[in-house]
Amino acid sequence: MNIFSRYRILLPIASLALLMAVTFYVQPRTLSYFGLNLLFNLAVPIALATVAQMLIIMVNDIDLGIGAFVSLTACVTATFLEHSTATGTAIMVALIAAYALMGAMIHVLALPAIVVTLGMSFVWGGLALFLLPSPGGASPPWLREIMTVKPPLIPMALVAACLIAGVTHWLIARSGIGTVLRGMGGNADAVRRAGWPLVRLKALAYGLAGLFGVLAGMALVGLTTSADANIALRYTLLSIAGVILGGGEFIGGKVSPVGAVIGALTLALAASFLSFMRLSPDWQIGAQGAILIAVLAARLLFNRRDGARR
Amino acid sequence: MPKRDASDNSPLVALTDVAKRFGAVAALNDVNLEIHAGECLGLVGHNGAGKSTLVSVINGALPASSGRVEFPASATNDALAAGVRSVFQELSLCPNLSLAENLRIAHADLRGWGWRRRAGVEIGQSLDALFPGHGIAVDAQVETLSIAQRQMVEIAIRFAPLGGTPKLLILDEPTSSLDAGISSQLLDAITRFCDQGGAIIFISHMLGEIFRVANRILVMKDGHIVADEAARHFTRQGLVDVMGHVATEPETSQEQIHRELGETVIAQDGLEARRGEIVGLSGLAGHGQAEALAKLYLDATSTWRNIGSPRMVFIAGDRKRDGVLPLWSILNNMSLSLLAATARWGLVDHKSERRTGDEWKRRIGIRTETLSNPILSLSGGNQQKALFARALASRAPLVIMDDPMRGVDVGTKQDVYALVRAEAAKGRTFLWYSTETEEMCQCDRVFVYRNGLISAELSGDELTEARVLEASFEMQEPVA
Repeated sequence: MNIFSRYRILLPIASLALLMAVTFYVQPRTLSYFGLNLLFNLAVPIALATVAQMLIIMVNDIDLGIGAFVSLTACVTATFLEHSTATGTAIMVALIAAYALMGAMIHVLALPAIVVTLGMSFVWGGLALFLLPSPGGASPPWLREIMTVKPPLIPMALVAACLIAGVTHWLIARSGIGTVLRGMGGNADAVRRAGWPLVRLKALAYGLAGLFGVLAGMALVGLTTSADANIALRYTLLSIAGVILGGGEFIGGKVSPVGAVIGALTLALAASFLSFMRLSPDWQIGAQGAILIAVLAARLLFNRRDGARR
Repeated sequence: MPKRDASDNSPLVALTDVAKRFGAVAALNDVNLEIHAGECLGLVGHNGAGKSTLVSVINGALPASSGRVEFPASATNDALAAGVRSVFQELSLCPNLSLAENLRIAHADLRGWGWRRRAGVEIGQSLDALFPGHGIAVDAQVETLSIAQRQMVEIAIRFAPLGGTPKLLILDEPTSSLDAGISSQLLDAITRFCDQGGAIIFISHMLGEIFRVANRILVMKDGHIVADEAARHFTRQGLVDVMGHVATEPETSQEQIHRELGETVIAQDGLEARRGEIVGLSGLAGHGQAEALAKLYLDATSTWRNIGSPRMVFIAGDRKRDGVLPLWSILNNMSLSLLAATARWGLVDHKSERRTGDEWKRRIGIRTETLSNPILSLSGGNQQKALFARALASRAPLVIMDDPMRGVDVGTKQDVYALVRAEAAKGRTFLWYSTETEEMCQCDRVFVYRNGLISAELSGDELTEARVLEASFEMQEPVA
């Protein structure tokens, strides 16, 4: 068995390490406390959104509304949460409940998640536009402080990434309920036969995704200090790419929380790296796609060679 | 495991007048059954006899249409709570999880710190008890295991305590993917389990295994229990006879048209067919018949070039998966095989399409106002007729049928039998896989498959339902 296919986390780590090495070589000044923070701090909300996406992919669905949802939670953070913690918290809880309800509905009515989440993305987008017709709002001061805290030795962005990876790893890969959720992605029938209520499990997965979506929106406002109804639209595709880049698969409940965070970091870094290469912004999206395809091709290659040998 | 208690002799499960209907089809009828602790019940019957429906009603996966399913010994109505566990034919393991994690899914009360270690110990002990020397690591991912190992894990999980005691275990073809040595270990474990006061329902097509473990044998046919007696009252031959001969009088009315059979047109992996011959592929479901046909068809037709008029056509039994184009009209579904042959300048010739469609509508009797209706407006049987028309309207000399009568009513079947015979008389060759043994009597020659290989070739007077059944079941004792 190939080492990369046995430990599916190795390939994401290797890709990130390679990309970091090249970045440091091209731009040695990034290899500093300040430089690292600058490179990675926008990766924190992306990582949170990627974890949200991962929770949905884990149960064999896909969420095309996460970008709009994060935009909405960012707008709520910059308006209601800034004015009153109580109102803001209540709205966030309601949004998480709405996400859980959406999951339950997808399961009970056997609707394709791709359609429901895409449809809901317009609802989220509309609400966000309703809250903030033009860019504005402000970050709650405490949130700003959390996001700009300067821990000794290691910059905030990396500490946060490790924290997110650790917590979600415990939740998904180690805890009992996380195991059952992954089992639902692997073989839902088996889970149902063992007596688990699938609709509640699905609602739980979606509810958790909603929670991480809320955290992503808050982290984003903490960094940017203001919000805009379209601030996080590109997170939808970034989060999907991050999950896959991190060793996850679209079906079968095969996801890796640590991998997803690494995938998000890789994507954020790829954007900076291309800027350092003085590549015109017109080409950057294409080049980012090329990096993604290269990593996926590498994975396919390792898996196929392994499959042929078996 | 439960201690046998002589004073409390209430049955673990009791079925009273249970029936199960799917639409108009009765899968179970008038089933009365009691299972007591210590019994090992062998359940046999041909495909579609209702075995799987019966166990699904017992384990609660399907609600009974009428009648009562009770668990008197444990005074509960929930099969899971009554200690009823099932090892399913299609495995119920999550391939993305480890053994211990899979056990956690079956054992919901296992929580708190260190659950993973405790789950590992539980599954490990169960595996050690059932299959000494199994060599499977408890933290291995299920997807890295072989099919046999997965089957062993599945069985071990159901035998594990899981926070209670298993009282009635249902094993549906548990040995189908196990080799003789492992099977033997399992059979010993089943006997031990029953001696300790557990009960087993054991389904197998290996009659040797049934006789080795069962102390009571239940024979099903057409949704009825046709025999229920102590195992020592049966002989192997007697068992096969009971399975095969019920209610269906031998068909005497079958027309004996003697067709001239031409030269051999197909010979692949022992399967052989002559021109104008109706060749049947029989045996129990999933023993390689469908694969043999698929291989034959794909080998002959998969090519980059458009060959215009193909050498063979395929009639699907699994309509949804490989037959019907659900969004198209009946006509478009029927004319699919003709498009290449009748097209002019690469464009569909609507006139000839309509003409052929109407002709086949009349010949095969599709019940619809107009062929422009969507295909899904038809009943299942009529959809199947449209698929027959699609295949037969082409000029292909060879027709492959993959259990095409699935879910088709009796009237349609008779129509189609007549059509097949008429087409064969015109020199077409049919390769016909069916799970219904009666249909095999329509064939000139039948190949019986077992474990992916042809176990018998029957024709002429040898071709009887009993002979087909006999060849489908393993008669020998598995070599330990």
